[in-house]
Amino acid sequence: MSLRSPIGRVLGLGAAKEGLSHWWSQRVTSVALLLLGLWFVSALLRMPTFDYEFVVAWIAVPLNAVLLLLLAGTLIYHSLLGVQVVVEDYVHHHGLKIATMMLLTFAHVAVAAFAIFAVLRIAFGGAG
Amino acid sequence: MDSTSTRKRPLSPFLTVYRWQYTMALSILHRVTGCALSVGLLLFAYWLVAAATGREAYDTARAFFAHPLVRVLLIGFSFAFFYHLLNGVRHMTWDTGHGLERKSARLSGWIVFLGAIATTALFWVLVLRHVGGAA
Repeated sequence: MSLRSPIGRVLGLGAAKEGLSHWWSQRVTSVALLLLGLWFVSALLRMPTFDYEFVVAWIAVPLNAVLLLLLAGTLIYHSLLGVQVVVEDYVHHHGLKIATMMLLTFAHVAVAAFAIFAVLRIAFGGAG
Repeated sequence: MDSTSTRKRPLSPFLTVYRWQYTMALSILHRVTGCALSVGLLLFAYWLVAAATGREAYDTARAFFAHPLVRVLLIGFSFAFFYHLLNGVRHMTWDTGHGLERKSARLSGWIVFLGAIATTALFWVLVLRHVGGAA
């Protein structure tokens, strides 16, 4: 006996089998952000000043630059996964849901590009 | 025609049928802080881009971050960060099957909420003591 509705059977609907990977990616990025986030907070607390010279020199240190890139990339991916769930829960109109998700994806990718380019520019000595 | 799509199907219980409990507020707060932090990413990226652009842009950003209203916003974001982080640990503990009993779920809720307030306060005390008003 199948628990699927007749209309669902006719339309060939069912689980898309992608839920687990979304859920798991959320957990993996959570654990990564726990570590990277605590690193960033402790780094902020150890900064003697937020002066231009100091901050640019700090970002240019290879270890800091790489960890900042990982932090920015992971934050933005985790954020996109999170807002996707919120949109799927609260935006009920199908077309609007797709449009909202597309817009949010563009915004996230754009913010990621800006943040990553900024860190790389400083790290490779193009700034200042 | 007996189509299941027109038959009245049982719905799983949702918000409206439950008595309000503070654990529900903590649960929705995880979403609210998550969405707030997504917006906060813009400020994080702005800080990095300003530093990469040059001294003038960075000083403009610093003046922006020093504005009292933005300061209040930053305190809000830092609370959202610590709450989301601590409550995220609480969620992942639940994923392992632990801490789901009513008593421990309520206790961990209090720990997370008060812990987030305490961490936020500690963070700002340390930042301001370190960098002073010139931050």
